[in-house]
Amino acid sequence: MDQLKLPSYLEQSDAVRDRFERMKKRPVTLQVKNLNKEFDTPQGKVTALKNINFETYKREFVCVIGPSGCGKSTLIRILAGLETQSSGEVLLDGEAVSGPGPDRGMVFQGYTLFPWLSVKDNVMFGLEMSGHSKAASEEQAFQWIDLVGLGKFKNAYPHQLSGGMKQRVAIARALANQPRILLMDEPFGALDAQTRAKMQSYLHEIWKNIDITILFITHDLDEAVFLADRVLVLKANPGEVQEVIEVPVPHPRSPDQILQPEFLATRKRLEELIHPPEADTGINEDHLNMVRMVRVDNEVESVF
Amino acid sequence: MMMISKLFAVNTKLGGRQRLTMSVFSFVLPLLVWSLVSYVPFIWHPKVEIHSAGDVSYFKQGLLIDREIFDREVETAISESKSVPEGKPANPVYLPAPHEVATALYTAFTTEPKRRSEKWLHESLWDSIQVIFWGFVISSLFGVPLGILAGTYDVFAKLFEPFIEFFRYLPAPAFGALAVAVLGIYDAPKIAIIFIGTFFQQVLVVSNTTRKLDPALLEAAMTLGAKKLTLLFRVVVPGIITHLYKDLRLLLGWAWTYLIVAELIGTSSGITWFITQQARYKNFDNVFAAIIIIGIIGLTTDLVLAAIGRKIFPWEKGLAKA
Repeated sequence: MDQLKLPSYLEQSDAVRDRFERMKKRPVTLQVKNLNKEFDTPQGKVTALKNINFETYKREFVCVIGPSGCGKSTLIRILAGLETQSSGEVLLDGEAVSGPGPDRGMVFQGYTLFPWLSVKDNVMFGLEMSGHSKAASEEQAFQWIDLVGLGKFKNAYPHQLSGGMKQRVAIARALANQPRILLMDEPFGALDAQTRAKMQSYLHEIWKNIDITILFITHDLDEAVFLADRVLVLKANPGEVQEVIEVPVPHPRSPDQILQPEFLATRKRLEELIHPPEADTGINEDHLNMVRMVRVDNEVESVF
Repeated sequence: MMMISKLFAVNTKLGGRQRLTMSVFSFVLPLLVWSLVSYVPFIWHPKVEIHSAGDVSYFKQGLLIDREIFDREVETAISESKSVPEGKPANPVYLPAPHEVATALYTAFTTEPKRRSEKWLHESLWDSIQVIFWGFVISSLFGVPLGILAGTYDVFAKLFEPFIEFFRYLPAPAFGALAVAVLGIYDAPKIAIIFIGTFFQQVLVVSNTTRKLDPALLEAAMTLGAKKLTLLFRVVVPGIITHLYKDLRLLLGWAWTYLIVAELIGTSSGITWFITQQARYKNFDNVFAAIIIIGIIGLTTDLVLAAIGRKIFPWEKGLAKA
């Protein structure tokens, strides 16, 4: 990629710049202020997240990316209320949140559909929890199931569905509660490459058509650039915000854009942030201690 | 050779036909051993059944006598040129042959009790089934909820489990005398023994099963707005119900194993009374028949419960696969 002349990832076309300007005038949905998280381990205190600050605007799509151990899962679990922060604040539409609740939908990597419930009943679960009658929940559930294109499977049980279909049910189930933000923790991580690409397009379609803000965790750089308005890059030990990148790739997104200069430039920047060049780290732990172990009279002397 | 290596492949399921064959074999093999011992004269047969007593004064026709004694008497008879006793090898009275037990399986039901106050076999069996049923139902009524609570909330786990862990080592029959003193001599103390034998294991087994529920399901439910009791009743209970059902099937078998001891307490009753009574009359074919009937009832109940389980938990098939 080095021989390619790429523009700076900071360069934005007029349309893109205009879109970001309008986006930043929207109300803030989620605000994270001075968030810290420390764990007590037998080896002593470990800081998982240190002084995290960011906000997402209404109907924005934000991806969170970072090397393993940067605390991105801890971050989303704190936002969902499944873990508590050591200090700092999480504000949803200006109000502090504590504990899990239906105003923040969550989609997990492991599907977490209820195996004893049909697709329909899985989607109805949250609606019934928030006090809707059975009939009303059923009607709404059907709409959401149709939205994710699983109308034919509404009476199927989760074990009868493929991974991609399961995750679409999980998305429908989270959206049925009409949360203000949808938190997604590496939702497509367990899917094969083809299904994942398809799911990314589905998710973008859904996002465009309904009133939802999405915070999406991934470790896949292409996925982040393809999906996000902005990418929050974390670094590890301790988990801190390294940079917030405004993705200069114009909307609407399509898989063809993956070879466009803006896309490649952004991807390259992410690559630099997440996998810094070896020289910078000084030590090279990952180097293989290679000795030639092929006999000289081997039929294939060299693979080149 | 290919066949054999296929049969012993690790972690591979056999085909439907082979599985059925193996299941049939699992019954045929013990039956075969039993038949060999019963019908092949030179295998075991430590006794001799006398046909004609000859000149031996204490031999009678039909008497079972140790082979050594018989051989000695034969030798003595020959040396003293008396009439030689005759007989054929036989097994002890406590090991009837398969066909005798098979006949007894039928005749045990049709034979009238020797005394008017005594019960028919089917009445005895019905008594036993009732004792098991009530012992198990009462145990489950308390054991299952306590187990689920202990498995879900650490506070209950710490509150119940240490004492139960202690108590489960106490042999249930040890409470027999106490149960009779408190509950009288009829069915109540027997039910109590089944209860004591089942309950403590049940709480621990159920709490352990409950703990194995995927915590991610609880988290997902919480992000969907489920709280406290709804979490318990809409997620924990349905989440473990298929495993719980399997546990209960297993524990029901456990309850049966306490039956014999339980029925000896107070006035002997049920199938145990039948067995001890028949043993007293030396009708060991009936004893074997009764034991086999217990096995048949147990296995049939379990198969029926398994079939019911498949009907009421249609999603279970997928869980087994996963």
